[in-house]
Amino acid sequence: MNWPETFGISWSAIRSHGLRSVLTVLGILIGIAAVILTVGLGLGTQKDVSAQISSLGSNLLIVSPGSATSTTGIRGGFGTSSTLTLADAEALATSVSTPDIKGVAAEKTSQLALTAGTANWTTSVTGVTPSWLSVRARTLSSGAFITNAENTNSSAVVVLGSQTATELFGSQNVVGQTVTINSKTFTVIGVLASVGSTTTSNLDDVAIVPMSTEANELVGGTSSATVSTVYIEAKSAAQLSAAYQEADTMLLNLHGITSAASADFTISSQDALVSTATSVYRTLTVLLTGIAGLSLLVGGIGVMNIMLVSVTERTKEIGLRKALGAPPWAIRRQFLVEAAILGLSGGLLGAVLGVAAALVLPGVIGSSVVVSPGAVFLSIGVAIAIGVTFGVYPATRAAALAPIDALRTE
Amino acid sequence: MVNNKIEISGEPRRARSGRDPEPRHAIELIGAGKTYRSGSIEFEALKGIDLTIDVGEYVAVMGPSGSGKSTIMNILGCLDTLTKGEYHLGGDDVDDLDEIELAAIRNEQIGFVFQGFNLMPALSAWRNVEVGMMYARVPKEERKVRAERALHRVGLGDRMENRPGELSGGQQQRVAVARALVGEPTIILADEPTGNLDSVSTEDVLSLFDELHEAGRTIVLITHELEVAQRARRIVWVRDGEILRDEVNAA
Repeated sequence: MNWPETFGISWSAIRSHGLRSVLTVLGILIGIAAVILTVGLGLGTQKDVSAQISSLGSNLLIVSPGSATSTTGIRGGFGTSSTLTLADAEALATSVSTPDIKGVAAEKTSQLALTAGTANWTTSVTGVTPSWLSVRARTLSSGAFITNAENTNSSAVVVLGSQTATELFGSQNVVGQTVTINSKTFTVIGVLASVGSTTTSNLDDVAIVPMSTEANELVGGTSSATVSTVYIEAKSAAQLSAAYQEADTMLLNLHGITSAASADFTISSQDALVSTATSVYRTLTVLLTGIAGLSLLVGGIGVMNIMLVSVTERTKEIGLRKALGAPPWAIRRQFLVEAAILGLSGGLLGAVLGVAAALVLPGVIGSSVVVSPGAVFLSIGVAIAIGVTFGVYPATRAAALAPIDALRTE
Repeated sequence: MVNNKIEISGEPRRARSGRDPEPRHAIELIGAGKTYRSGSIEFEALKGIDLTIDVGEYVAVMGPSGSGKSTIMNILGCLDTLTKGEYHLGGDDVDDLDEIELAAIRNEQIGFVFQGFNLMPALSAWRNVEVGMMYARVPKEERKVRAERALHRVGLGDRMENRPGELSGGQQQRVAVARALVGEPTIILADEPTGNLDSVSTEDVLSLFDELHEAGRTIVLITHELEVAQRARRIVWVRDGEILRDEVNAA
């Protein structure tokens, strides 16, 4: 009995119990599809998140006012205190003791209403220094960005995010139009190219004004000199930690703080954000894959169950084959091949379903799904392995049947 | 003890004749005994019998149920092994063989015909006939030719592609006989071959056995029906695990 003949016998056995075989295959199919999909979804989400964080700019350090830890054990006003000033940003940008820092951009944000004609839109009005565009790695789709002169003169100019521009002006040409913020009239000088949204903020819904304009004309008062975030761009990825040290030392000096533990600011790196976010999603992916794997296990038990039924049902056939001269290994092989065919069918169909779902799903839930060919082939291999593993016991039982007993069965 | 002439690949019988030019005895049972054990209970089904069947003989083993004839059938068919004595089949000593070797012996030397036909319902007539040859690794083309020849021999040359369900009981049993013939075995071992057949089909199958006997085949028929046994040329009467009488059938 050679392999093709064994396959022929096993295949006709599977076909002779159509519905039962289909249901068995379905168990494996669902398991494989679920594994492919959850792994793909997890990887896709990780990719999305790191892409979003990378879109903040490259080689970036983010300085926020306040401290996540304090000497008294009470969390300081992380992100809300007013300890970071424009002077800090300027010092970081110009000092000779910060050779690894390429650029510094300060941001000062407040939620304000913009009016253009009859259109009304509330958004983050952000005062920035002119270096913001390069540090945040943004580009303009039309017009120009804020110049040093405009910043010095507190000019009433504004650069709109692509979504903000659309909300206020629709599809018409925006550059040269005017908007009213806090009853002051601003001229639109440019529109930012769209980059999409992150998990925490919509990068396309902003109104960028010169820092001095924001400080003097829009906010004013005691908080006029403070900034909400300072972005520091290191000269290269390798210089990121050096830049971190320099910025830390300089800010501690400027703020007259001797102990790093009582710092009134927090510096975080983009990498840290990426790794935190991806580790969260990785944990989630592992969890979901585990659940999907369980369904695969259930599918495998289904194969075993059906193979045991198949052996019991064909006891007489097994006896006959043995009487006609089938050695035990030929019987074992016949049932193992049968189980492997069930596993393989489930694996192939499951892979097709999983990949198809991976193509359709992003359009439905808006999250990308990454399916690697390696994962698909691996899961098909796993499906065959499950078929064979769960087929071993029934096949061995069939092979061990005594021919007389088997023949006697009615 | 263990004969080194066992070939799983299923060499045709004629290759064997080189070693043993005239295997006069097809079957030789010497002091053959079989004791079944079930827990502490022992049952002696065969009490040390001697039986020799020559090549070309047509023998009926006759006895009521419980007489030990099923045990003889299982022993002769290499479906079970003796607990005492010796069994020689076609010149080979088949005692103390393992499962794989017994499978090869069954494949090469024994053609079974069962009471319940035991055909595979999903396979056509010639596919049923070729099954044993598959285990003997006979090439596909040759299998079909030989299966066709065997079916012609039993008068079913026009039923090659029919499945068992499409054949009458007598025809099904003839397919089974073709299956038993096709491997050129040392003996054809028929266990109550007419037990499930009406009188017409019974006659049909028994006259086929007559023909095969005329053609020089060795046939061992196990039955409890005197009518059937009387078609054989020699009748071995079995009772309580012993041979009661061994006589040439005058009829």
